[in-house]
Amino acid sequence: MIALSDYLILGAILFSISVTGIYLNRKNVIILLMSIELMLLSVNLNFIAFSYYLNDLAGQVFVFFILTVAAAESAIGLAIIIVLFRRRHTINIEDLDSLKG
Amino acid sequence: MMDDMKLIYLAIPLVCLFAALIAGVFGRQIGRVGAHSITVAGVAVAFALSLYVYLDVIAGNTFNGTIYIWGVSDNFPFEVGFLIDSLTATMMVVVTFVSLMVHIYTIGYMRDDPGYQRFFSYISLFTFAMLMLVMSNNFLQLFFGWELVGLVSYLLIGFWYTRETAIYANMKAFLVNRIGDLAFLIGIAAIYATFGTLDYSAVFASVPEVLGQTIEILPGSEWSIITFISILLFIGAMGKSAQVPLHVWLPDSMEGPTPISALIHAATMVTAGIFMVARTSPIFEFSETALSVVMIIGAITAFFMALLGLVQNDIKRVIAYSTLSQLGYMTVGLGASGYAASIFHLGTHAFFKALLFLAAGSVIIAMHHEQDMRKMGGLRKFLPWTYITAAIGSLALAGIPPFAGFFSKDMIIESVHQSELFGSGIAYAAVLSSVVLTAFYSFRLMFMTFHGRPRMDQHTLQHLKESPMVIVLPLLLLAIPSVIAGALFINPMVFGDYFSGAIFVLPQHDVIGAIAEDYQGKSDLAVVFSFMFHGILQPPFWLAISGIFLAWLFYIRLPELPGKAVALVKPLYSLLMNKYYIDEFNQKFLANGTVGVGRLLSKFGDTIFIDGWLVNGTAKVIGYFSRALRPLQSGLVNHYAFAMIIGLLVLMTWFVRIN
Amino acid sequence: MTFEQLVFYFLASVAVIAAGLVITVRNPVRAALFLILTFFTVAVIWLLLEAEFLAIVLVLVYVGAVMVLFLFVVMMLDIDTDQLREGFAEYLPIGATVAVIILLQLVIVFSFGPFDLEQMPAPAAAAVDYSNTHQLGLLLYTYYVYPFELAAVLLLLAMVAAIALSLRGRLSAKRQRPDAQVRVRKEDRLRIVKMNAEKQD
Repeated sequence: MIALSDYLILGAILFSISVTGIYLNRKNVIILLMSIELMLLSVNLNFIAFSYYLNDLAGQVFVFFILTVAAAESAIGLAIIIVLFRRRHTINIEDLDSLKG
Repeated sequence: MMDDMKLIYLAIPLVCLFAALIAGVFGRQIGRVGAHSITVAGVAVAFALSLYVYLDVIAGNTFNGTIYIWGVSDNFPFEVGFLIDSLTATMMVVVTFVSLMVHIYTIGYMRDDPGYQRFFSYISLFTFAMLMLVMSNNFLQLFFGWELVGLVSYLLIGFWYTRETAIYANMKAFLVNRIGDLAFLIGIAAIYATFGTLDYSAVFASVPEVLGQTIEILPGSEWSIITFISILLFIGAMGKSAQVPLHVWLPDSMEGPTPISALIHAATMVTAGIFMVARTSPIFEFSETALSVVMIIGAITAFFMALLGLVQNDIKRVIAYSTLSQLGYMTVGLGASGYAASIFHLGTHAFFKALLFLAAGSVIIAMHHEQDMRKMGGLRKFLPWTYITAAIGSLALAGIPPFAGFFSKDMIIESVHQSELFGSGIAYAAVLSSVVLTAFYSFRLMFMTFHGRPRMDQHTLQHLKESPMVIVLPLLLLAIPSVIAGALFINPMVFGDYFSGAIFVLPQHDVIGAIAEDYQGKSDLAVVFSFMFHGILQPPFWLAISGIFLAWLFYIRLPELPGKAVALVKPLYSLLMNKYYIDEFNQKFLANGTVGVGRLLSKFGDTIFIDGWLVNGTAKVIGYFSRALRPLQSGLVNHYAFAMIIGLLVLMTWFVRIN
Repeated sequence: MTFEQLVFYFLASVAVIAAGLVITVRNPVRAALFLILTFFTVAVIWLLLEAEFLAIVLVLVYVGAVMVLFLFVVMMLDIDTDQLREGFAEYLPIGATVAVIILLQLVIVFSFGPFDLEQMPAPAAAAVDYSNTHQLGLLLYTYYVYPFELAAVLLLLAMVAAIALSLRGRLSAKRQRPDAQVRVRKEDRLRIVKMNAEKQD
């Protein structure tokens, strides 16, 4: 049998990888967005694992809503990237510092 | 019964206030006749009711209670209350009577003035303020009346507000009074801090309990709390009652119309300080230091202001300085614990001083607003009524029996003679010598104005005529008490136990009681005659006679003598003409000093400290920190993301550690 | 080691490797493809957890829609990947440290906590006729109906927003410009002509 901790540790590993990904790909917005998707995935994994072991469907409902929000987020995020690229011809984050204090 | 009396008490000040408001707000609509009708009627009603209350008090009905609670703050009630006893009733009758006379007189005096309604409104308001002051049963309401009196006097002194001198005089009066009021307010605060209440009866009842308490004013110097309070209250009284050195406003306030001088600066407002000290006698009695201060200040005022009266040529200013000097007498009487004598003198003085002022006003009208006595003379033939009444006033002022002033002034002099407090010797000398001066300057005024050869120009001489009835009538009505008030009231008011419930005197200070021993058990008439007989054998009477004789010598017999005398003591004369240079001193050191300190504060306190450090400094510090923190706002999303992740790490670490 | 465990560890290692490649490969297209692989394997893991509906949704929505969108965007934009990878490993030490600390803390909590089989045994396998979709649907359309509606509105909003952001209107289209309308002044529209009155007959 697979223990709950195994699923949780898998989630933790995926989360840590995505944290590293944010540090590594600090210039590429698209990969940053992918890292965020990966983070959400690891969180969802946790929810579903708990839902299964606690025998409570509420966790799955939660994942459902998270997927909805994540889909919305990536749709808008990508739209922003497109507009950004049209205006600035780059998606390099280091060039986007007009809010610098 | 009690409620009926309450209504009457309430009606006395309110009817004046009501008349003042009607005359002030609707002056244009009701016209001149309407304005003077309503205010005269209001004050007449107040006078009649005051008389009724006076008789009621004599019958033994006193009252002390709250009429209305205006508000409560932190368990401290702000009350409107009345304390009606013999002291209050006496003051009420004097105030309303003099005020009524002044109202009637004003109809004639101010006949052609464009501010007629406004003037009536002010003097009615003034009567209201004074009544609130004397009827109060707590220090807060006293202070209200006190300030209102100050405000209205400001308005009245500056009544002719287009005159530059009037504006200067009313500013001066207001500012000088402010100094006294500040001390007075601190005194009231000290009373509240000490006793936890501002109600007269409660405060007076607990005075003996705080006798031993001291307060540290400056580090290292312990003051008795009672002395501290008394002296602060007395400084307040010095402002209102024009005692040296806060007297400077009163002579200048002669800029106002003459009825004002009579109302405010002779009979009512300046008596507020005297009244207040008499009212708070249960506090003053327990501080011999304060009593000595009161007596010495009074003696200085009585003597030195009388000296100034000798050299003035403006008829109103002579009377103004005599007022100062007489106020000094009253203050000396207070200091000697002869409160009853002082209040007695206050009453008689109110009558004859108002009489003198109004008579002077009558002269001024006849002379077409010429106030210089050197341009008068021989008016006796043209103004017979004015002359007679002025003569009565002067005789009363000089203290010639059987006129009112004799009794009251003699009582004060006797009280000081009996007093054993520190300074009573100097005070006795001062009041005795002032008797000569008083007689001299009042008869100098009489002789220069009414006797001798007319010195006015031809045009004025041809138009000289007696003032109308509306002016003469108040003179006559005031002349009656100026003659008889002294003889009438000396036994019941001073020697009797009339003030026993209102004024408190410690047995060892009881100077009046010592004098009264000689007159024990006699009828009123017998007391009056024996007092007069006794007085004729005493120095004050002969000093007064000699003063009158000197005046006659100087101004009738040998008119060239004053010039020689002046030449003889030229430095003294110029010192007196310049009023001891007190105004110059105030202007140079106090006023300019204040301006200098203000400049200094403006420069260092405002420009450098507040503007420079606080206002711009705040902005600068914020700007400095902003510049220091600005690099953190890189505007790069990844930096923010890193910060978030590190924050997450920290929070998680903390969470894990806890569990 | 049971078959289930074997499957789990296999899928888990595939998911971890794929995730690692997502963040390290040079080409964003490949990164997206590896992300798809990660999603697939995780979806299968969800099947192990009897979350069939969500596993399918993950594949359909994420792989089918979102990741395709990613690929579409990546391919549409002309991205200079070399420039984006400058200083790639510059932040690696701090990033790796942070990630490792997080991982260690989580692993410690999970390993010694009440999450092992004794404390929390796996539930018995569901009956043959058990339908996860059915159960989820029951819950969503009854108890969670308002959040569900809200989620629907949110999606609509996201759609409108994405279109509004990226829409490039045709130049020939007629449209209002409210700012210009507000800023218009009298002089722009009105011309006052002075002329002599003419006689009308």
